[in-house]
Formats: sequence, C-alpha cells, structure tokens
Amino acid sequence: MSSTAEDIKARNKALIAEVLEVYPEKAKKKRQKHLNAYEGGKPDCGVKSNIKSLPGVMTIRGCAYAGSKGVVWGPIKDMVHISHGPVGCGQYSWASRRNYFIGTTGIDSFGTMQFTSDFQEKDIVFGGDKKLEKIIDEIQVLFPLNKGISIQSECPIGLIGDDIEAVAKKKSKEYEGKTIVPVRCEGFRGVSQSLGHHIANDAIRDWVFDKSTGEIEGFVPTPYDVTIIGDYNIGGDAWSSRILLEEMGLRVIAQWSGDGTLAELEKTPKAKLNLIHCYRSMNYISRHMEEKYNIPWLEYNFFGPTKIEESLRAIAAHFDDTIKANAERVIAKYKALTDAVIAKYRPRLEGKKVMLFVGGLRPRHVIGAYEDLGMEVVGTGYEFAHNDDYQRTTHYVKDGTLIYDDVTGFEFEKFVEKVQPDLVGSGIKEKYVFQKMGVPFRQMHSWDYSGPYHGYDGFAIFARDMDMAINSPVWGLTKAPWKK
Amino acid sequence: MSQNAEKVLDHFKLFREPEYVEMFESKKKNFEDAVPAEELERVREWAKSWEYREKNFAREALTVNPAKACQPLGAVFAAVGFESTLPFVHGSQGCVAYYRSHFSRHFKEPTSCVSSSMTEDAAVFGGLQNMIDGLANSNAMYKPKMIAVSTTCMAEVIGDDLNAFIKTAKEKGSVPMDMDVPYAHTPAFVGSHVTGYDNSMKGVLTHFWDNAERTPNESINLINGFDGYVVGNIRELKRVLGLMGVDYTLIGDQSDVWDTPTDGEFRMYDGGTKIEDVKAAVNAKATLSMQEYCTEKTLAYCADKGQQTVALNHPVGIAGTDRLLMALSELTGKEIPAELLKERGRLVDAIADSQAHIHGKSFAIYGDPDLCYGLTEFLLELGAEPKHVLSTNGNKAWAEKMQALFNSSPFGKGCVAYAGKDLWHMRSLLATEPVDFLIGNTYGKYLERDIGTPLIRIGFPVFDRHHHHRSPIWGYQGGMNLLVKLLDKIFDEMDKDTNIPSKTDYSFDIIR
Repeated sequence: MSSTAEDIKARNKALIAEVLEVYPEKAKKKRQKHLNAYEGGKPDCGVKSNIKSLPGVMTIRGCAYAGSKGVVWGPIKDMVHISHGPVGCGQYSWASRRNYFIGTTGIDSFGTMQFTSDFQEKDIVFGGDKKLEKIIDEIQVLFPLNKGISIQSECPIGLIGDDIEAVAKKKSKEYEGKTIVPVRCEGFRGVSQSLGHHIANDAIRDWVFDKSTGEIEGFVPTPYDVTIIGDYNIGGDAWSSRILLEEMGLRVIAQWSGDGTLAELEKTPKAKLNLIHCYRSMNYISRHMEEKYNIPWLEYNFFGPTKIEESLRAIAAHFDDTIKANAERVIAKYKALTDAVIAKYRPRLEGKKVMLFVGGLRPRHVIGAYEDLGMEVVGTGYEFAHNDDYQRTTHYVKDGTLIYDDVTGFEFEKFVEKVQPDLVGSGIKEKYVFQKMGVPFRQMHSWDYSGPYHGYDGFAIFARDMDMAINSPVWGLTKAPWKK
Repeated sequence: MSQNAEKVLDHFKLFREPEYVEMFESKKKNFEDAVPAEELERVREWAKSWEYREKNFAREALTVNPAKACQPLGAVFAAVGFESTLPFVHGSQGCVAYYRSHFSRHFKEPTSCVSSSMTEDAAVFGGLQNMIDGLANSNAMYKPKMIAVSTTCMAEVIGDDLNAFIKTAKEKGSVPMDMDVPYAHTPAFVGSHVTGYDNSMKGVLTHFWDNAERTPNESINLINGFDGYVVGNIRELKRVLGLMGVDYTLIGDQSDVWDTPTDGEFRMYDGGTKIEDVKAAVNAKATLSMQEYCTEKTLAYCADKGQQTVALNHPVGIAGTDRLLMALSELTGKEIPAELLKERGRLVDAIADSQAHIHGKSFAIYGDPDLCYGLTEFLLELGAEPKHVLSTNGNKAWAEKMQALFNSSPFGKGCVAYAGKDLWHMRSLLATEPVDFLIGNTYGKYLERDIGTPLIRIGFPVFDRHHHHRSPIWGYQGGMNLLVKLLDKIFDEMDKDTNIPSKTDYSFDIIR
C-alpha cells in the first residue's frame, strides 16, 4: 500500500503537532520552528537551525570542545592535544571516535591518548597558565618526537581569564618556533559542536598557516595536487576515499584530519583543489584558502555508487582530459563490485524505510547510498546544522520527508514510534532506546565499530551492515510466543 | 581490488591488502614528514627505560591517560538509582552528552539525563533562567517523580547557587512546590567520579532526611557506590540479603534501569529505590557502604543522623565477603545461613583446586580506590603477588590502607600503592618492573599492546567486551566469577606460550 506524498506530509504534520503538545508553551513555540515535513521544491527544509538547545529537553548535541578536540584537532596524529581544564572532557572523548591512524602511539603518534591538565581547585582560583607552561615542558621531555601541541580549552579556561595565547607564544619561542596552538573551544561557547569546528578552523588559519613562510622543504608541486578536507577517517573512511583519488591520477597531499599530520596541514595551501567531505566542520578553512590562496574547493560525496560516480566526475572536471578519462576508468573498474553488492543486498533491503539523525554531513550524504540499495529515507535531521546544510539537504530528500533539527529525546522516540521505520541511524545515546523498541539500529557516527563506509570498498561494508542490522533474527524474538 | 560482495572485507582485513599497504607507505614517505625509523626505535626503547621512568615520575603538572573521570558522572550514576528519577546536570550541555555516551558504551543500555544547556549568556548572567526553563521542560516531557540536580564545572566556576535556583524555579511554577528536587554541587575540579557519587547521594539523603524525625528501627541501609558491575552485584547482594532474611533498604539501585529488556518497549525509568523507602531509611539502625571511598561524606551524614555506619571496600573474595556477612549479621542479629556457608566452602574448594596455577603470579592492578583494595585482597588470598597497585583517584589515606593490606600477607611483600598516578606512570612500572598480568579497565589494552603484559579486564569502563557488568564480582559467587576470569586468562596465556610445534610441544598439556 503506497501513500502519496501528500498523505505522508499530512501525517507528518499531524505527528509534529502531536509531539509538540508535550511542551510548555514557551518551549513549544521554539521547538515547532525546528520540525517540518519537507515541501518539495522549496529551497530549504523549512526549519530553523543553529539555535540554542532548550534547557532540560535532552538534546543530543555536544559542545564546542567536542567540535574542536573531538573532531577537528584530535585526529592530527603527530601532535599532542592537551585537554586543558578538569579531567572529564578528555576522559569521555578518549579514543572513542575511531579516527584511524597508523603510528607508534606514545612515541610519534598520540591520537588515542588522553593528555589533560586535570584542573584542581587551586588552578581555578589562581589560574592555570603556570601549570600549562609546565605541562608543555613536560611534554617536550617525555614525548620528544611530537611535532606540535594544541591546547583545547575546556569551560573554566574562558571563565577564569587564563591567557593561553600568551603561554603558547612564549613556549613556542622557547622551543624554537614550535607549533603550539591555543584553541578557545570552551564548551559553553556557541550552541553545539559547530562553533568548535569554526574556532578550530580559525586556529589552523592563525597558528599554522599564518605562521608558515609558505616554503615547504622538498615539496615539488604537481598539477594534480588535491587534499581531503573534513574526513575524519572513521573506520578508515579517508583511506577508502584516498585510494580512488590516487587511482584517478590525483596526488593527495594532505588529509584533514583523520590520519593527518602537522606536515600535511602545512602543505595544504599548495593544493590545486580542496576536496571537502564534511562541509559543516571544515567549510570555514576551505573558504579561507579560496580567498587567500585562490584554491577552489568542492564538496563531494563518497557514499554509495551513484554519488561516488557523480563526485568522481565533478572532481575530474577540475582537471585535464587524462584525469577525466581516469575517472571513467575508475568508475568502470568498480562497476562489477557495486553491481554484485547491489545484486546481493538490494533484494533483502528493497523498500525498507530509514530514519536518520546524525551530525555534519551524513543526514544528507548517506541518503544516496540507502537509495542505491532500494531503501528510502523517510526522516532526517542534524545535530548542529546551519541553514546552508538544510538548503543542501533539499537535493537529497523527497517531498514530505520528516525533518527534525536538534531533535530531543522525546521527539525522536515519538517520531520513530509513529513512523515505524525499518532502521534508525543515529548515535550511541540513541542506539539502545530504539533497539529496546524492537527497531533495528546502526550507529552512523562511529559506523557501529565497523567501516569504512566511504568509497566503493566502503559501500560493500555499508550494504552488509545495513542488511545485518535489519535482517537479524533477533528482531523476531522480541515478543514471547505466549504473548504474541 | 580486494573487496568483494561475497565475502565483504571491513577494516579488520581490508587495510592489510597490498593496495592499501602501498598507499600508506607512500603517504608516510611523501607527505607526513615522518620520524626516521631509527630515531623512532631509539625513543621507543628509551621510553621503557629506568631513566624514562624517573623523568615520568618527576611530572608535576601533566596528566597522561588517567584512570578517573569527573564528579558529575558519579552524580548521574547515583541519581539513576532512584525510582523514576531524572538526572539534571546544570551547566554546559556537552558534558551530559559525554556522560550518557560513556555509560551507554559500558552498559550497552540507554542512559537518560538532561542538561540545562548553559551558553555564553548564562556565563555572564548566571544560569537561573536555564534552571527555571530546564526544570519546567524536563518535568513536562519526561514526567519524573524526582529530578536530581548536579553541576558541571562551568556552573561551579561562575558560582551558581543550586539551592536558591531550585527554590526560585519552584516559585515560578517550573515544577510543583512539593516535587522532590535534591541537588549536589559537583565541581569537576575536585575529586573524581567517586566524589560526585558521594555528593549526589548525600544530596538525596539530606533532601529527605534533614527535617525528618528519626524513629530508629531494626532495618539497615546499604549503599553500593560507583560500580561498573552494578547490575550483577546488586542482584547478588539482594540474593544474599534475602537468604539472610535481612530487613534492608538499598539506597540507590541501578540494576534494573541499566538492564531493561528488549521487548518492544523503551523504559526510560525502571526499578530504583522507591522515594518512600528513601524517606523511611532515616529510621534504619545502620547504613552499610559497600565502597568506603564513594561514601565518605554520605556515611558521615548517616552517622550524624544517629545511625551506625560500616564501610567496606568493594568486597570480593573470601575475606571481603566474610566481612560483609559478619557485618550484616552483627548489625541485624540474623545468623549467616548454612547455604551461604556452603557457598563459601565451594569458593574455597575452587581456589584449592586452582591455586597452583595462580600461586606466585605477579600482578599490576589499577582502578577506583575501593576496587583496587578488594581485588588486591582477593589476589593475596589466592597466593598471587600484587606488585603495583595504582589508583588515579586514590589519596594518601588510601595508599596507607593499601600498605597495611600488603603488610598483612607474605604475598604482599614489595608491593607498592601509587595514589594519584596515571596509566602513563603504570606504563613505566610495567616496562621497568614487569609483572605477569595486568588488571584494569578497557584502556589497559594500550598497555598490553605497548608492554605485552596480558590484560584482565576488571573495572570501569569496559567498552570492548560485552555484558560482564551482568555478572557479580561481590559475594562468594562473585569471587567464583572472578576466579574463573583470572584462570581463563592464565590458561590462555599458558597455551599461547606453549603452542609452537617442534619447540614447546612438551608443555602444551591437555589437562591442566
């Protein structure tokens, strides 16, 4: 039985109205602006975004520190990132984001370590700058092969008036111009992770790019130099992307920031084209490089063969005929694989409905991959999107799709209860809620400890994983036979 | 191309395929400005030396890989142990996202908790409005019976006054005047998650007990403390109390809310100590804490109210459980039933059967102060030799107590307790004074990889093994579980060490 888009839209609107009933008047007025059924053809999704979360509603969002340390800076593997403040922030974000890298941890790589100034009461009272200086000295003694240090501010830093910039400058001078980056990503700044991305991007601009003379020893440019920006290499995503770019004859001179290094950050202004996967978290630095260094950038999408193919062609269009021909060759090379994947999994997934709620790019970018498998995304929303994300989302969603910005725990549970999707894709905090309800679930931040999902190699894994989530025998066991 | 639809390769195998290996080498060589291999090797070896250890232990400011979290995590842990109670953390919202994720990764369960979502304006003007709106919203949406408020460091630094804020919020009608909204200030820059547990628990008790008239009765209270094995431990504790016929109130019971069924319904609240029972618990003759360092202030408060108090240290093993049962018996006058005596005998029997394989094996242990104590005591009973016992959130008094424990057994000779140290210190200890086995949480896997010391996962958090929190480690039954866990690792290592054909065939025994 198929419902028309109008039926779905009417149902979704009624559902939104019903869900809003729970709120006190003031909260209801605010929340209703974040919920909508998409009107096909409109230039955006018709929701407000990047606005403060309401107190007490159980937002899924994190904070600016999470956006800077957890997302942008943390994966730069050969730098030491200090979680500056009390112990908790660094502890909870310690190695939990699966930004894969290769290196010798503790010696030349530090991505899965937790460096903290572990603030005590006296640091709050007397300030933490002296302690920070000493921490930098101790890092230099114990981790001599580190290439740089970043200072990731936690809430108290901005409140007690510490001058981490002065410490960074002083210590950088003392250690012969060493890269030491102060980041003002205190968790109370902004409304979500998003401002943390922006602040972290600006810190790269101010403390890496502007510090550099532009001369990179031994670097010989080629016309095919590109970068991968905004791929955090979760489960190896950047690697299964990079391999395609290299196969088409491009030279990837930097990865931001999954498996990234300071040297790669420094080389980035030499690129001919910046390729940006997570627009939300790294458009700022890409725009900056466009303005300052005249480097064009392109948002691409490596989820699912349809979008990969489009993206490979769009990337190749920036280069000569050789690259264009190579792109076609790459597409052709992987055709047999994707056909086999689709032949195997599509019959098992055809017509299944999906609801998503994720972060930066995925609420729109993964839709194509689901559609390649015959699935349909019936609801989607972002934790920390801005309006431009909701504009970009219109290229992906169907008329009537349920849109929920900064969804609350209550709303999400009710939406899923009523819409009854076959799969929910969201985060660890949501996973067990929906599984209890008997709804198959995949974590779409961490790939549920699987991955990669990017690229052709990743698509095969994506398809396998969605199949195993939806078609697991466990969902047939949730009701006792004597209760059925 | 190695990927194929028939047998899909994911990250475990995909990246070992030649095309990827080649790509990694080229990336490293051309773009990473990598450290030369010889230099890397030199520093890697140096980082395991005594010289490095001395520099490492000379640290005064830097903390690397600590084994502790911050206060509000413990406050949330305590709060979800009460009937239909919503933890409400006043301050920045990112913190709450972290606590919820942290618990969900350990228990593989949902954790419901809200934030007052304070931002820049609240940093300037204070978070009163956030409290007013937050309480109103969460009460309307999640219909809790009780809201337990704690704080993040942001709210503490700006000095928000919870008592006044909650009072004002009630006056403004956010929640009914008579709604129970206990609170605790839980600054992240003081103590650790165990301190937060203590403060939160005390906050709940003072809320209900401060103005209560106490009429002592014969029942006793038990408080579990922050415990990664809470689901299994509480059930085991209840079973033991049931066998003894003790009239008790468990103050804080997370065993249901972190173990709800998958049957089509999401239970945001489940089980927990009933509010009426918490109120009545003021009349108990005594309060027994299963974890001393989680309940220092709470127990002092109970004593102030006129109750007898007893503090244990995560009782695992024979003597730990003996003390628990004798304390219960002494407080209640109930006899320890024959069934428990028989269980004790079974654990002793199991230890006697297996002790030869544990005797003399050396161990390093890290974790929360009480857990370290309980585990060390058990190892000493088994004839194992603990060498390094480290607790990032342990203090001087804890170290002294540990030393007394070491002194009580010939197997504790030479063991050192390290209070306030972290896992990077532990790395140096393991590298310079090696041991046979390491006991700790999931993060110990990095030490196992670096140094090669086999890790036995006991502690919190355990993210990379499933469901262990469901099995108790308390009581004689819990001791049995722990014994099996230790033995499994010992035997696995024994087999791994003797399985080289034509070389170690002789020790690869079928009967051990």
